[in-house]
Amino acid sequence: MINSHDILETITMIDDEHLDVRTITMGISLLDCADSDINKACDKIYDKICRYAANLVKTGEAISTEYGIPIIHKRIAVTPIAMIAAASPTKNPVKFAQTLERAAQTVGVNFIGGYSALVHKGFAPGDYALIQSIPEALSVTEHVCSSVNIGSTKAGINMDAVAMMGKIVRKTAEQTADQECIGAAKLVVFCNAPEDNPFMAGAFHGPGEPDCVINVGVSGPGVVRAALAKAGNCNITEVADIVKKTAFKVTRMGQLVAQEASRRLCVPFGIIDLSLAPTPAIGDSVAHILEEMGLEQCGAYGTTAALALLNDAVKKGGVMASSHVGGLSGAFIPVTEDAGMIAAARSGTLTMEKLEAMTAVCSVGLDMIVIPGDTSAEVISGIIADEAAIGMVNSKTTAVRVIPAIGKKAGEELNFGGLLGEGPVMPINQKSPAKFIHRGGRIPAPLQSLKN
Amino acid sequence: MRAVITVIGKDMVGILARVSAECAQADVNILEVTQSILQEMFVMIMMVDISKANIPFDQLVNRLVTLGDEQGLKIHVMHEDIFNSMHRI
Repeated sequence: MINSHDILETITMIDDEHLDVRTITMGISLLDCADSDINKACDKIYDKICRYAANLVKTGEAISTEYGIPIIHKRIAVTPIAMIAAASPTKNPVKFAQTLERAAQTVGVNFIGGYSALVHKGFAPGDYALIQSIPEALSVTEHVCSSVNIGSTKAGINMDAVAMMGKIVRKTAEQTADQECIGAAKLVVFCNAPEDNPFMAGAFHGPGEPDCVINVGVSGPGVVRAALAKAGNCNITEVADIVKKTAFKVTRMGQLVAQEASRRLCVPFGIIDLSLAPTPAIGDSVAHILEEMGLEQCGAYGTTAALALLNDAVKKGGVMASSHVGGLSGAFIPVTEDAGMIAAARSGTLTMEKLEAMTAVCSVGLDMIVIPGDTSAEVISGIIADEAAIGMVNSKTTAVRVIPAIGKKAGEELNFGGLLGEGPVMPINQKSPAKFIHRGGRIPAPLQSLKN
Repeated sequence: MRAVITVIGKDMVGILARVSAECAQADVNILEVTQSILQEMFVMIMMVDISKANIPFDQLVNRLVTLGDEQGLKIHVMHEDIFNSMHRI
């Protein structure tokens, strides 16, 4: 029989430490839905999503009941819509967003990602119109998520796109100002965007992916924190070892769920994303893991080192537990979605500069950060450019998801509710990078790109 | 298919009997039982065979969880594979 200690450990992880599978995300290619008539293209998209994902939510719930593991989200990622919109010459591709919204509601998923464009080297047909339509698309839909890839290690950084995205992020927040600027929380600007990321808001189904695929994102910050708390006063080598062992167990659970979902839905299994994804719930915080390691509060000196250790150990533990690893895989640091980070930002310990340093060693980037409402588009572009540079040079994914709190100043708060959480408006450096941003052009790919 | 039923809560008379009765009613065969009492906390782990169960798995889960709620016990019913995959290489 299975060891009783192991059984009780699993039960404690689920009951008391928030162990869950964060998301089962079905990636669906829409490349065969392109049509010169936008109405026909939208009909094909709606039909294909509804056909492929008809049983996604039901299957997720059945697996959850049978294995006794909460599966929080069932989601869909689609081919970047700019690639489909390119075939239908139209000035306003928002109709595609409305189609995705309708499909999401029909199949019952809580987010659908892929209102996206990949412009790291330049704008192809469809890209420009799609990017310009993002503010409207995110204000007239509820479940659609958008992302734009503006840089990569191989291509450098498209500074024209960086300048454009500063304005788009602002405009998206302005158009949803009456809903806590939530539009900007559904928009991510990437450098080195992964094609198989199951997590929102940045999920899309890359052009190199198969027709349909199941990707699973695991979670478990609470489990890691609890394991470290149990270990007490051990040295850093042992801390890394505990994180690895815990990540292994968490990932094995994700692998089992992914295989089962793949089998039941008759869709190939893609990857497991080995991420520690926090939620605003107490006991489900990445910041609290760092504090458990011995920091007075997240944001103190030592935070970057602790996060680097955590991020690396999660990967090392998880990689052996899964047959295919991908997506973002590491520790997320979304400020408004993490109880410990919210507290650290409120107290002023966690600053924008510290967060930027942390993004050099975590799995994504500046995530869910509320900035003052009067921040100019150029400053937002400057934030995007800095973050993309970190990703480009370090051959890693970085992203920016900042929410300009329209009409609010540093110290005031935004509250999105649910898993998007809440948080204070963080003060940021408002000196203007306007001239640099308006130069346009492209930052050449770094030497690191020449690996052949 | 085999599942693991765990029961955790304050010790009292008849816990094992009630859970076993529920299993018998659903044609669920009990293969192994271990139980212990630690500081008045009752912990029982049952390995059961549910391949001949006369009700769907989710109904069995509901019945046992409801029984647990009535008695102030935490009852989980989970497929054994979850434990095998998490704790064995």
